[in-house]
Amino acid sequence: MTALSPPRILPSGDAALTVEFGHFIDLQTNRRVLGLDRVLMQEKIDGVSETVPTYRSLLVHYDPTRIGFAALSKRILSLAESGAVEARTVRRWRVPVVYGGACGIDLDDVARAHDISTGELIARHSAGDYLVAMIGFTPGFAYLSGLDPSLATPRRASPRAHTPAGTISIGGVQACVQCLAAPSGWHLLGRTPIRTFLPRRDPVFLMEPGDAVTFEAIKASEFERLDRAAERGESVAELIVR
Amino acid sequence: MSFLEVTSAGIATSVQDSGRFGLQRYGLVPSGAMDRLSLAAANALVGNAPFAAAIEVGPQGAIFTASGGPLRVAVTGGTRAADVNGHGRRMYCSLSLADGEQLTLGAARDGVFGYVAIEGGIKGEPMFGSLSVNARAGIGSPLPRPLKTGDRLDVGTASPDVRERVLSLPSGQRTAIRVLMGPQDDEFGEACKIFLESEWRISSSSDRMGYRLEGPKLSHPHGHNIVSDGTVDGSIQVSGNGQPIVLMKDRGTTGGYPKIATVITADLSRLSQMRFGRPFSFEAVSMEDAQSAACAFRKLIDALPGMVHDIV
Repeated sequence: MTALSPPRILPSGDAALTVEFGHFIDLQTNRRVLGLDRVLMQEKIDGVSETVPTYRSLLVHYDPTRIGFAALSKRILSLAESGAVEARTVRRWRVPVVYGGACGIDLDDVARAHDISTGELIARHSAGDYLVAMIGFTPGFAYLSGLDPSLATPRRASPRAHTPAGTISIGGVQACVQCLAAPSGWHLLGRTPIRTFLPRRDPVFLMEPGDAVTFEAIKASEFERLDRAAERGESVAELIVR
Repeated sequence: MSFLEVTSAGIATSVQDSGRFGLQRYGLVPSGAMDRLSLAAANALVGNAPFAAAIEVGPQGAIFTASGGPLRVAVTGGTRAADVNGHGRRMYCSLSLADGEQLTLGAARDGVFGYVAIEGGIKGEPMFGSLSVNARAGIGSPLPRPLKTGDRLDVGTASPDVRERVLSLPSGQRTAIRVLMGPQDDEFGEACKIFLESEWRISSSSDRMGYRLEGPKLSHPHGHNIVSDGTVDGSIQVSGNGQPIVLMKDRGTTGGYPKIATVITADLSRLSQMRFGRPFSFEAVSMEDAQSAACAFRKLIDALPGMVHDIV
C-alpha cells in the first residue's frame, strides 16, 4: 500500500469549500470522497450545513457566520488524514431496464461501434456491478462507476436537447440512471420505469451515493405496468440489503 | 379567508422563500429568492419572518387582485411603478388592499426581480421546509410551477389598526461585483487577468438557473472539461465556447466545466438585480474580506425589522 496524498482544499466562494482528492474518475478516489462524507455526517461540525460527494471531490457547504474557512479546512484535513472510514451497510438496487427500440435508440449504434451484438452489449451492461459514485445535475440523476471498460464510448458530438425520464445511458466510462427528462450527450441504451426522485413518495429519493446498482433486462411489455406502479409511489427497483 | 388572485402573471413570477437545504447530495438545488435582501425587506415591512415565502415578480411586471378580507402587502426589489386601482404607491412601504383592489406592478426600470410579501404569508405545504418553486424538478407549493394568470393564492389577512410602515435601506456605493477566485482558477492562467480587467454584461438569455456573461472569451489552456464537481450559488463556470455563466438559484448541483471564480455571498443579491446589458466588472477579494462581508450582510438582514418605521 502506498501512502495516500492528503486532499487539496479549494475555496468555492465564502460559504463552501471543495475537498479535492483527485482529478479523474477512479474507484479509490471516489471511495475516499464517500468515506470523508460519512465521517462529516457523523462529526456534525457546527456550521456545516450539507455535503455533496462527487467522483473526485467533496463539496462542503457551511455558514461563514459560524465557522471560518481556515478553521474548517484544518478540521477537515485532520479528519481526512485520520482516514478512519467506517464500514457501512451496502444497499444494492436491482434496476429493471427495457433495452433498445424506442426505449434505447442508441443501442444498435453502440453495439456496432464496439463490434458486438446488441445481445452482448445488453449482457455486458446489465452484468455490471455499479456503484452510485455521485448524484447530481438534476434531482435523482445517479452517476455510476463500474461500467465494463470495453463499453466505454465517447460522448455524442452533438448533445440531444431532450432525453426522456428514466433514461439509462452511457457516456465515456460513466453509466447513469436518469430520473427527469433532460438534455444529454450520452448514448441511450434503455429506459427504466423506476423514479429515483418522486416528490410525493416517502422516501422522495431512492438512492444514496455509495449504493450498489445492477440492471435487469425486462420485456417492453412489462414497462407500462411497472411505470404505473412507480407513478403510484412503489419503488419497483428491488432493494437487496446486504 | 383572504386570497391574492393573479390577474396577470408576467414572466418568471413564482413563490419563493429562502429555499430547501440538505438535498444537494441528491441533485436537488435549494432554489429560493434570487435577491434575499429584498425578500427579507418585504417581509420586514409586513411583520413576517425574514425569509417567509413571498411572490418573486419577473422583470415584466404583474397584476394582483385582493379577494376576501383586507391584505397588507409590501413591494421591494428592482425599481418599478406600483399602483393600487390607478393610484401610484411607493415601493418599500406597506400598503393595504381591500377586497377587489388591484395592485399593478410595472416593468422593472432598474434591477430585475420584485418581491411582494403579504402579512401572514402564503399558505402552502412546505416540502423539506420550503415552499420555493423549482420548475425543473416540478416542486413548490401551493403550485409546483411559476405563477400563471388566473392562479389564486391563499394568504394571510391584515391585522386591523396597524399603521403603514416604511423602510429605507442604506444605499451602497459599490458597482463592482466581488468574487473569490477559484476553485479551478489554476485551469485558466492568463484568462484570470482578462476576467478581472474586462467589462461584462449580463445577456438577456439569462434566467434563475444562470446569468450568461457577454464579454471576451476566456480560454482554458488545459481544455474545457473537468470531471464534474459540486457547484454553489455564484459559481462562475466557463463553458466550451469560452463564455462564463454565473450559476444562480436554480443551477445544477454539479457541473463539468471549470469554475474560474465565485461571487461572494454578500454580492449575490446585488448581482441578481444587475440590469441585463449594463456594463460591470468583477473585483477579486480575500477570503477574510469575503467572510466578513458575509457576516455584515447577515447583520443587515437581522437588523431590517428594527429599520422599519411607522408612517406618521
